[in-house]
Amino acid sequence: MRAIKLAALIFFVAACSKGDGNNSGAASSTASSVGGGADLTGAGATFPYPIYSKWFSDYATATGVKINYQSIGSGGGVRQISEETVDFGASDGPMSDDELAKAKGGPILHIPTVLGADVITYNVPGVTAVLKLTPSVIADIFMGRIKKWNDTRIGSLNSGVTLPNQDILVVHRSDGSGTTYIFTDYLDKVSPAWHTSVGKGKEVKWPVGLGGKGNEGVSGQVKQTPGAVGYVELAYAKQNNLPAALVRNKSGQYIAASVPAVTAAAAGVAQSLPANTDYRLSIVDAPGAQSYPISSFTWLLVYQHQKDAVKGKKLIDFLNWAMTEGEKTAPTLDYAPLPAEMVTSVKAKIATIDLAGAK
Amino acid sequence: MRTARSRHAVSGLMIGLTYLAAILATLPLILILGHIVAKGASSLSLAFFTHMPKPVGEVGGGMANAIVGTLILIGVASLIGLPIGIGAGLYLAEKRGTPFANTVRFLADVLNGLPSIVIGIFAWELLVRRAGFSAFAGGVALGSMMIPLVTRTTEEMLLVVPTSLREAALALGYARWRTSISIVLRTAMAGIATGVLVAVARIAGETAPLLFTALGNQFWSTSLRQPIAAIPLQIFAYSLSAYDEWHRLAWAGALVLITMVLIISIAARFVTRSRFGAAVD
Amino acid sequence: MTSLPAEWLEKEKDRRILRVEGSAVSDRIYEVLTAACALVVPALVIAIALAIFVAAWPAFSKLGLSIVTTSDWDVRAGHFGAAPAVYGTLVSSAVALIIATPLALGVAVFLSEFSPTWLRQPIGFLVDLLAAIPSVVYGLWGIFVLIPLLREHVMPFLRDTLHLGATPFFRGAAYGPSMLAAGVILAIMALPYISSVSREVLLAVPRSQREAALALGATRWEMIRDAVIPFAKSGIIGGIMLGLGRALGETMAVTLVIGNRLEISPSLFAPGYTMASLIANEFSEATSDLHLSALMAVGAILFLITLIVNAIARWLVWSVSRSQAR
Repeated sequence: MRAIKLAALIFFVAACSKGDGNNSGAASSTASSVGGGADLTGAGATFPYPIYSKWFSDYATATGVKINYQSIGSGGGVRQISEETVDFGASDGPMSDDELAKAKGGPILHIPTVLGADVITYNVPGVTAVLKLTPSVIADIFMGRIKKWNDTRIGSLNSGVTLPNQDILVVHRSDGSGTTYIFTDYLDKVSPAWHTSVGKGKEVKWPVGLGGKGNEGVSGQVKQTPGAVGYVELAYAKQNNLPAALVRNKSGQYIAASVPAVTAAAAGVAQSLPANTDYRLSIVDAPGAQSYPISSFTWLLVYQHQKDAVKGKKLIDFLNWAMTEGEKTAPTLDYAPLPAEMVTSVKAKIATIDLAGAK
Repeated sequence: MRTARSRHAVSGLMIGLTYLAAILATLPLILILGHIVAKGASSLSLAFFTHMPKPVGEVGGGMANAIVGTLILIGVASLIGLPIGIGAGLYLAEKRGTPFANTVRFLADVLNGLPSIVIGIFAWELLVRRAGFSAFAGGVALGSMMIPLVTRTTEEMLLVVPTSLREAALALGYARWRTSISIVLRTAMAGIATGVLVAVARIAGETAPLLFTALGNQFWSTSLRQPIAAIPLQIFAYSLSAYDEWHRLAWAGALVLITMVLIISIAARFVTRSRFGAAVD
Repeated sequence: MTSLPAEWLEKEKDRRILRVEGSAVSDRIYEVLTAACALVVPALVIAIALAIFVAAWPAFSKLGLSIVTTSDWDVRAGHFGAAPAVYGTLVSSAVALIIATPLALGVAVFLSEFSPTWLRQPIGFLVDLLAAIPSVVYGLWGIFVLIPLLREHVMPFLRDTLHLGATPFFRGAAYGPSMLAAGVILAIMALPYISSVSREVLLAVPRSQREAALALGATRWEMIRDAVIPFAKSGIIGGIMLGLGRALGETMAVTLVIGNRLEISPSLFAPGYTMASLIANEFSEATSDLHLSALMAVGAILFLITLIVNAIARWLVWSVSRSQAR
């Protein structure tokens, strides 16, 4: 018995002394290159993951700086950067004012990197043609009001295609997702029924369907399941040979997602940037005959006041590289680079990231 | 009326059903193992063991960083789990019957049955929330799972050592602590080492506790304060995607894991059987 | 008996005396160290419970029992009703037990009663090996082998050929990812636990029981049913509960095959969700504090349920082994 009491005492002392050794923030690990490892850690959106993974790989080859990015979803990106467990976050759903207020390290900057597109991808047995869809049909499919692929509403839009009598299985995101934000932002705008019953957000209450984790999971699920339909970023559909439907835009044209179509969607907003914009811009259902209606910016989330001088410098260097070299490679993976006018203004914004308070 | 014949017929039927059950129960293992070998073997190459993952969508790459990551995580977990587990096992074996020992044994079994995701969110709350994702946090989570496993197997193995051995040592003047360590522990060492290996095999395949602690890393990393890759994490990420290339890698990773687990399990079986005879089944 | 050399005896005597004096301190240290190690176990359990319940407290105090009783999980609106996840955990585990228990008992009976001795070790080993396969590997296999199998063959067979589609349990479109898929995978994962414990307790039933029944004219099956199994009953139930405990807490394999849909549906063909999967999918990104706390609350409930199930299982198995020791 006495041995137990003595042991317990030792224990408490050890536990207490370990307690005040913790300091907050990822800034506590400065010498990160000892023993290898990444110089910076980021987490967030799966939407831009293909292009980011290429960027980080190219950047490591060019400069030797290794940036570890984990695609856990935009919701995760927002959360982890707010908690300061990562050096930067990534999201395609802009942070709300509430979320910005909760960030533990002060003001967060939204740095737009590229533009991408949410495409409607599907796996319909026997159908190889690219389907045409209108906003209201898309909304009704995802609300469960259209249940079969050979429904007349889909058939009337695609008269040359034989659609099977197959149940539609909706696949949405199970995690907090910027891709969902973009898609629901679009549906919220174009469908009054969607607006009242579902709304928009990184997570919504889906009327029907099952959930996949990340863009990876949704594309995986659609590929595996006959009859499935889902929304993913263009790169995922292309890289996996999944079809992407043509969507009718505001001007009545059926447009396929592509770099020019996404660039067209951003054209209007890029020209009329307010002076001190925070870049939280939505470009869904954009005007323009060639615009793809479900396009969006995607952002890197960084603290304006960096706490770690070494890491902060590396982050700023990378962001500047992204604005010059990175933008050049974006189209290779079907992401649209930022409009030229924006690049200048974004670079100025990057320059406002300060290391003043850094150790 | 239940004739003798009908009763024997029923008996025969039930016996036949148990044979069927035996076949059905061994079938999943053979099917799963067979599938993993078939799918994974073709993807196993030197590149798998030496290359890093390629950027999304590109062909090729390997799991070198994940393999090293798993080894590091096992290392950290063992550093935590082994000393504490063996120490606790020694205590339980020697203080058998005391209320405290009984409570500890009971709680160790309870800990063994806890969902690993609960351990994961515990480690996140304790470590990651304050200091970020790290291999260390992942190691702590896995170590917490090792402790009850090693404790119980150590205790079991120590109890098999005949008390006469301990008494003889004490009679010869060995100090009690010396008896426990040099005589009893050493005698049980083979069984304990086996138990340790089984625990290692168990935690090597755990994914849930690593989701919120080690997080994952595309680069080669051996740092404890950074996120780190691990084989099960990669398998998870790759398996739910649509990329055929990633599926290939996932099967190969599964094959590596299964092979390791199989070798350890067979070795464990062999060691305990040869030492203690067919009584231990 | 040969006598020991005198010089050696003298040296030993001195050594022994020295050791007895010095060993008191070392023994003390040894006792304290091992006690400290043993103390880690309850400390860990308490730490886990504390960490999770403290983090879950805001959700419990704000939402109360509605976390488990309501079905509205709407993150933006701040509603966190995880009843579908609780339902999913319970139902998938129930399906798993329904499938696994007869198989596991059958194997256990086979191995303890009928199997030729040379077959006992290999088959026992093969079944036990199922417990060693990592969960994520089960999930991988589930996605690419089990789900297509269910979708293309088993589900249509159950629904149409056997006309079970008339019941609410086998209704609806056969997508693949479903409660049934989760139940089947969990059954495979729980099987070794039930089978291993059952095998142990069946083997431990004294021969006298068996011989007495046979002497009274029972058929082999009747002997098992009336003499052996009742004797081993509490151990077998303990084994079943152990399997249940495993099934309740499983995360990775289930997340990959269940479809991740927060909805209560009677049909086994419908996608569902479990508490563990919910945490796995939403934890790293719970944006609001209430969301995180609600997930911790779900974790706390899972912790409690598995704690109770495993405690009962251990008590049952333990009491069997104690009664055998007599």
